[in-house]
Amino acid sequence: MLVVVVDSATPAVTAAVAALRPDGVEIVAQQVSVDARAHGELLAPGIQSVLAAAGVKPGELAAIVAGLGPGPFTGLRVGLVTAAAFGQSLDIPTYGVCSLDALGWGQPGTVLAATDARRKELYWALYADGERIAGPSVDRPDEVAARATAAGAQRAAGEGAEKYPLGLPAAGPRYPEPAALAALAAERVRGRAPSEPLTPLYLRRPDATLPGQQRKSVLQ
Amino acid sequence: MKTEPLVLGIETSCDETGVGIVRGHTLLADAVASSVDEHARFGGVVPEVASRAHLEAMVPTVQRALDTAGVTLADVDAIAVTAGPGLAGALLVGVAAAKAYALAADKPLYGVNHLAAHVAVDTLEHGPLPEPAIALLVSGGHSSLLRVDDLAGEVEPLGSTIDDAAGEAFDKVARLLGLPFPGGPPIDREARAGDPAAISFPRGLTGPRDLERHRFDFSFSGLKTAVARWVEARQRAGEPVPVADVAASFQEAVCDVLAAKAVDACRTHGVETLVIGGGVAANSRLRAVAEERAAKYGITVRVPRPKLCTDNGAMVAALGSHLVAADARPSALDLPADSAMPLTVVTV
Ligand SMILES: [Zn+2]
Repeated sequence: MLVVVVDSATPAVTAAVAALRPDGVEIVAQQVSVDARAHGELLAPGIQSVLAAAGVKPGELAAIVAGLGPGPFTGLRVGLVTAAAFGQSLDIPTYGVCSLDALGWGQPGTVLAATDARRKELYWALYADGERIAGPSVDRPDEVAARATAAGAQRAAGEGAEKYPLGLPAAGPRYPEPAALAALAAERVRGRAPSEPLTPLYLRRPDATLPGQQRKSVLQ
Repeated sequence: MKTEPLVLGIETSCDETGVGIVRGHTLLADAVASSVDEHARFGGVVPEVASRAHLEAMVPTVQRALDTAGVTLADVDAIAVTAGPGLAGALLVGVAAAKAYALAADKPLYGVNHLAAHVAVDTLEHGPLPEPAIALLVSGGHSSLLRVDDLAGEVEPLGSTIDDAAGEAFDKVARLLGLPFPGGPPIDREARAGDPAAISFPRGLTGPRDLERHRFDFSFSGLKTAVARWVEARQRAGEPVPVADVAASFQEAVCDVLAAKAVDACRTHGVETLVIGGGVAANSRLRAVAEERAAKYGITVRVPRPKLCTDNGAMVAALGSHLVAADARPSALDLPADSAMPLTVVTV
């Protein structure tokens, strides 16, 4: 079964075509462009080029898999609206995956996954042998480090762990990888589970700042 | 070349998720999901709230439009979308969705200018637009006079507001008078019971010196302040505020300036067609004043019905249909959302 995988929860704008076989997931084509400001420009051409590289027509797809974040809102929405519109156009199901889960996926031991939430905060979650045991949440790096240490985390994955000193050796991918996203949704795709609404993991309330007004506080 | 192209248009530049479907000049569907109620308590549109609402509303609104029109995405000839100007984050949701629809259904994509779409929507009501035409576009976000020589190619900005948009002035005066947001409809309603000549409010940029430098520009900030001072003086004196008279006199000042400058633009450019669009075009007094003034000079005023004046997907589909019929070049898939898209650009 062929699926398109998208994730726009981090500066990496990710598109891939994955083949889900009974014995595993194979990435047929993928394109990852790292540019925090151009999700809207890069994602659709990225999907177009992975489809072309894979020699796959949209009509051959069985499902769309999308990273639900958490991530900076504007970029995150690009991925989710793209995935939802694709699914609607082709009348195929869409499945969401927590983007942090893709960072913690398949890693032995206790691992922290952290991505940049801007405003000097991190989106984070903790994993034990690939299973999420805490999060997803958004907190200051010192709070994240304390939670990770208390949980006995041995390593940290994700670009957030490179940006702030969390006292943990970096391990695992910097950005959510298509193979992990596809693997995390594979059971649902194969089982033809009902299509899921792609609701973003915002984790923050919107700023009630009107256009032209000064932001009153960096806090919510 | 298609003479009656079937186009789906998406509009997300502000707080309305609009999806319209048009065949040639015929409107087949105009689905709108609004987040206006979520913004009312802030007295203005909160960008992040609008963007979140667009994401939630996109797929169901597109579905509603398709069902109403009785067509599928496979049937359409093109997808059109507002590429700007507007709120950056809000635009991006619509543009990303439009690209996905275009790519998945293998259709050409047209990223269009929101203001040109406000002009194009009139073709759904009154048929092909005589060119050149002068367009007056007034809403909460824009107040512009344009010369439209070719809706598929050239739009020349003649003037615009130098401070507040006309619709913004309506919102602020409504708030001052204790009327709900958005302020246009309640002021229009109140004004019907009031005397438009009761209070003489200032007409911005209409003095002889202003006309030299800002002949086709607008200013509503002074008017707004004058209304506030007048109301405050009443309140300080312990007298009741005659809401209907204030509303009528304020509305008269706005419509007077808009109509005068629009008619002046037509006369100066020797143009016989004036199109009025944008949310404020739904104001009953503006239509009346403009028609009265224009009639004196043999100028025809075209105003689409109120539902088409406010932001909607039908206007984007209408412009898209015009572009397809004119064989315009489709946009690339890396089309950016441009919050400050210049008026001169009809499509990117
Ligand atoms: Zn508008």
